Amino acid sequence: MPPVQEAPERHTLSLLVDNEPGVLARIVGLFSGRGYNIDSLTVSEVSHDSKLSRITVVTTGAPMIIDQIKSQLDRLVPVHRVVDLTVAGKSVERELALIKVRGKGEIRQEALLIAESFRARTVDTTLESFVFEITGKPDKIDQFVSLLVPLGLVEVSRTGVAAIGRGSDPM
Amino acid sequence: MMREMTGAEMVIQALIDQGVEHIFGYPGGAVLPIYDAMFHKNQVQHVLVRHEQGAVHMAEGYARSSGKVGVVLVTSGPGATNAVTGLTDALLDSIPLVCITGQVPTHLIGSDAFQECDTVGITRPCTKHNYLVRDVNDLARVLHEAFYVAANGRPGPVVVDIPKDVQFARGTYVGPENISHKTYQPRLNGDPEKVRAAVELLAKAKRPVFYTGGGVINSGPEASRLLREFARLTGFPVTSTLMGLGAYPAADKQWLGMLGMHGTYEANMAMHDCDVMVCVGARFDDRITGRVDAFSPGSKKIHIDIDPSSINKNIKIDLPIIGDVKHVLSDMLTQWRAMKAEPDRKAIAGWWGQIDAWRARKSLSYVKSPDVIKPQYAIERLHNAVKDKDVYVTTEVGQHQMWAAQHFHFEEPNRWMTSGGLGTMGYGLPAAIGVQVAHPGSLVIDIAGEASIQMCLQELSTALQFNLPVKIFVLNNEYMGMVRQWQDLLHGGRYSHSYSESLPDFVKLAEAYGAVGMRCHRPGDLDAAIQEMISVDRPVLFDCLVDQKENCLPMIPSGKPHNEMILPDHPEALDEAIDEEGKMLV
Repeated sequence: MPPVQEAPERHTLSLLVDNEPGVLARIVGLFSGRGYNIDSLTVSEVSHDSKLSRITVVTTGAPMIIDQIKSQLDRLVPVHRVVDLTVAGKSVERELALIKVRGKGEIRQEALLIAESFRARTVDTTLESFVFEITGKPDKIDQFVSLLVPLGLVEVSRTGVAAIGRGSDPM
Repeated sequence: MMREMTGAEMVIQALIDQGVEHIFGYPGGAVLPIYDAMFHKNQVQHVLVRHEQGAVHMAEGYARSSGKVGVVLVTSGPGATNAVTGLTDALLDSIPLVCITGQVPTHLIGSDAFQECDTVGITRPCTKHNYLVRDVNDLARVLHEAFYVAANGRPGPVVVDIPKDVQFARGTYVGPENISHKTYQPRLNGDPEKVRAAVELLAKAKRPVFYTGGGVINSGPEASRLLREFARLTGFPVTSTLMGLGAYPAADKQWLGMLGMHGTYEANMAMHDCDVMVCVGARFDDRITGRVDAFSPGSKKIHIDIDPSSINKNIKIDLPIIGDVKHVLSDMLTQWRAMKAEPDRKAIAGWWGQIDAWRARKSLSYVKSPDVIKPQYAIERLHNAVKDKDVYVTTEVGQHQMWAAQHFHFEEPNRWMTSGGLGTMGYGLPAAIGVQVAHPGSLVIDIAGEASIQMCLQELSTALQFNLPVKIFVLNNEYMGMVRQWQDLLHGGRYSHSYSESLPDFVKLAEAYGAVGMRCHRPGDLDAAIQEMISVDRPVLFDCLVDQKENCLPMIPSGKPHNEMILPDHPEALDEAIDEEGKMLV
């Protein structure tokens, strides 16, 4: 129990980890075991030669908790680096979503127009449905999805955030 | 050194190359090849336990009393799950262990095979790190790395899970030379700027206190020596957590006694009123802080810790210094001398005046009785009888543990083994056995309660088998005393299931095991009985019948700050001490 309840903040953390069995379980277990939040999580191998994976975690917590999360992650043996992109300078965050809409007639037309204005691509079409692919910041995707709700939204699949710092320096 | 051998032979070779002399284990189907390799190469002494939990606690006692890594060998499935309590205990108290577990062969993993469990999955949250070795050619490196990870940085338990087919497979063994972890490189030296800032803060301090913990012990005897030197140089008072007892000598006049929930009044008041607090290798645990928003409100806090995640975890720190205690204290001493720093002697003298006034409350006092043995008296007499001997003490968990911490005084580090973080009943006897293995000629005493001792009592058989003459000193009040104390505090004295019903006859029980059983219930007989206990060169189970109703004081009621302690001269304050919010806490 921290002494002063500070307002929660949203932070995007980038981790470089050994791509070994169980490493994701270690990280997810740390969050669940210590009661931290995971808003989104993405993971994929980034270097086959050095067997490294990059994990992007978006988390929410009071500043003292965010510091704790970083220290706790950093002391895990297979974790090479922890960078808090939210404080490390400017960064780019992107997420990809696949969104299925069902409908006929005018509604269909409306959905297509909205997709166009959001620069979403149509990746599957039937006579009564579309699947759109959209890439962007999470709030752009939120907005797109909310507009599609009255137009026959069926399901949404989102990747979670991938993020990288701006400029020439690596993490 | 590269040689071809089987995985099982690699395990034994790696232990030898790591300088391991003793391991604590229990055989089973999935570790038979390793036991067979041990049979052929009889260089590491194996202590056969009676339950895997006992093996881990023995390794903990061995490690904490010797500074070496403790080693455990158990089989798959129940062997591994029985070890979980000990592993968690070692994690919370930062004890370096390597626990080797057998696993079903790789092609059966995931098939719910006989004695299969997901050992790495189960032990992931209760180890510092763990490995499942699927390729025999990784095995030697992983084993050496396990020792490195267990012992370096903040120490902790490491599990190496080895499937049976990997134990049979042949591969290339590599020695421990050149094994260091590519990413795990803990920082030992503190930031020089922060060290300098800390020394400046200390030189200006008017009401300072050293708050020391288990990290001083873990850093090695040199850290204790440096702490003593620094304390002497500055004249500052020193207190310690349960885990740190012995790092600073209890006989010294600058020693305030233990702090925390059952710490002394002077230690807790000094923590509350200090202006500069130097936390050395401790972690602001809830037993120490009491109510966090009222914890030492007026102080600048310096925190020396090798684990960055300990900083700002519970309490906001003004000056964190990441590093190993002995390195940082050494740098601080050098800096102090280089700056020709002087403590504010006048202010410090005033501070000691205040501390002496708190001390005069005699917070550890109790009412002696001519008819019944008071538990505090029993510990006092025990300490008096053995204080000049080469003695190690372990405990179980509960009232007896706190009375031991309060009334048995430690002058040297590594002499006191107790389950602090996890609070594991059943720890003390196996830990004592582990200590005795590491120190065959020394006197080893497990101070126990009649409830705790029954949790791992089967290890008495291990003590007999290996001629380990541990002394079990049971403060028998026929209650799970700490549970009963909290039922007094929180639940109107309704003693729900805290009475130790159907107790065995401990004297006969000891004799059944082949140990010596003793009983004492009169204060007048106690000294002679204790003398008899320590003069016997065999395991002794000493049933000391004590006052059944005694409660452990002083006490900071849960949810209260340090300056609202209940003292033995006003025990009735306990009845109303804990409010609704405090009841939620443990």
